[in-house]
Amino acid sequence: MKPFRYERAGSLASACASATEPAAKFIAGGTNLLDLMKLQIEQPTHLVDIGPLPLAEIEETAEGGLRIGARVTNSALAADMRVRRRYPVLSQAILAGASTQLRNKATTGGNLLQRTRCAYFYDTTKPCNKRVPGSGCAALGGLNRMNAVIGVSNDCIAAHGSDMAVAMAALDARVETVAADGATRSIPIDALYRAPGNTPHIETVLAPGELIRSVVLPPPPPGRQLYRKVRDRASFAFALVSVAVVVAVEDDRVRAARVAFGGISYKPWRSDEAEAALIGATVTRASFDAAGRAALRNARGYGHNDFKIPLARRTLRAALADATGVV
Amino acid sequence: MHNETVALTVNGRRHALDLDPRVTLLDALREHLGLTGTKKGCDQGQCGACTVIVNGQRINSCLTLAVMHAGDEITTIEGLEEDGELHPMQAAFVRHDGLQCGYCTPGQICSAVALLAEHEAGWPSYATAEVATAPALTDAEIAERMSGNICRCSAYPNIVSAIREVAEGGP
Repeated sequence: MKPFRYERAGSLASACASATEPAAKFIAGGTNLLDLMKLQIEQPTHLVDIGPLPLAEIEETAEGGLRIGARVTNSALAADMRVRRRYPVLSQAILAGASTQLRNKATTGGNLLQRTRCAYFYDTTKPCNKRVPGSGCAALGGLNRMNAVIGVSNDCIAAHGSDMAVAMAALDARVETVAADGATRSIPIDALYRAPGNTPHIETVLAPGELIRSVVLPPPPPGRQLYRKVRDRASFAFALVSVAVVVAVEDDRVRAARVAFGGISYKPWRSDEAEAALIGATVTRASFDAAGRAALRNARGYGHNDFKIPLARRTLRAALADATGVV
Repeated sequence: MHNETVALTVNGRRHALDLDPRVTLLDALREHLGLTGTKKGCDQGQCGACTVIVNGQRINSCLTLAVMHAGDEITTIEGLEEDGELHPMQAAFVRHDGLQCGYCTPGQICSAVALLAEHEAGWPSYATAEVATAPALTDAEIAERMSGNICRCSAYPNIVSAIREVAEGGP
């Protein structure tokens, strides 16, 4: 680990001001950042610990949703009874990720900003445009089984590793930030992440020193919520493919649907195409297959990860069948 | 870059340490306080050998900086016994032979002690069918909740029996 200066944040304003320095980083749970610092993939010269900031509350909003402080741990969020009753897909998704030890440290804001687990991003002996801009992408022709199949570019095919963010995308969450000059903004979670294009090292729209202070969930959408994750082992593994669905059925037809995938893109992949295919459709496996085909129409595999495309379709079908009781 | 002074409360005792901010909680415990019960396995949060209990919650001590724990109550394997008596979870691991080489055991036991408190608090897990309910602590629940602790000797069945026995109130 490279040396750094450690600062306990005294206030939101001072934390943001400190973190505008080049090579400064906020630290909250630290479970991903410290791992990357040990490998010298992240080399901040200044760490601003937001642990002292009062951002660990979950509050009701006037609209009937919840405002989740950025420092609320993944464990606390998954165990919150309001989340378990009103947003079960979010509890399920969080509990599908990592281990209890990690969820006890990992925070809401940090989970959103975790970096990719692409093996070549972690392997400092290999080229990686995300780690060293312009060095190339070893995953394109390499062992890319865990990589993305949609929304990515020939410069980077890294996938986002969060389960929590997939449920939040399906729930239309918004990310509230504050900048060093005090300016605040509310960003739809889908717009938080930047497509890799030819600048895969720039992952979000956040400016230096801009801090996620909370995530707002609108009131729960109508319908049954469900998270389904497919992985190499039964627990404590990243998703090959996952899907969050919220689906409302009336008279054997889909009245409302939300679909978001994990493990297939650089961000939690909300699929307008799948949702459009589902609205008004009969509640049958054939309709669910059609939604899956619509969702993955623009997907492409890179060899080892070709299997993710049919797997994503089938995972969506299975999740929708579970959620609607179709056998 | 300069050292930071941090007061750590470990197993009820307060220690003032002067640390390079890069020192993880794990290294502070082992190298600065001589508490070598907590083990370094992978040093990247995957194996659970370094599990300690901080303010009642289990964490990977390898993935957190010691300077971030001023004022926290830290419990390691050395702090579980009371007046020379093994903690019931330690005794159950011995009784059920929940180990072979023993390297992962301090982490397993700290994890298991915290697991019971989480279950007591009604926390769901990925094995819980309806997340809004407080589930019974079945073997499937124990296995899922212990998935952050790897045992290369694969003593898992006996680890589960040890935890089940303590959850059910002892032998």
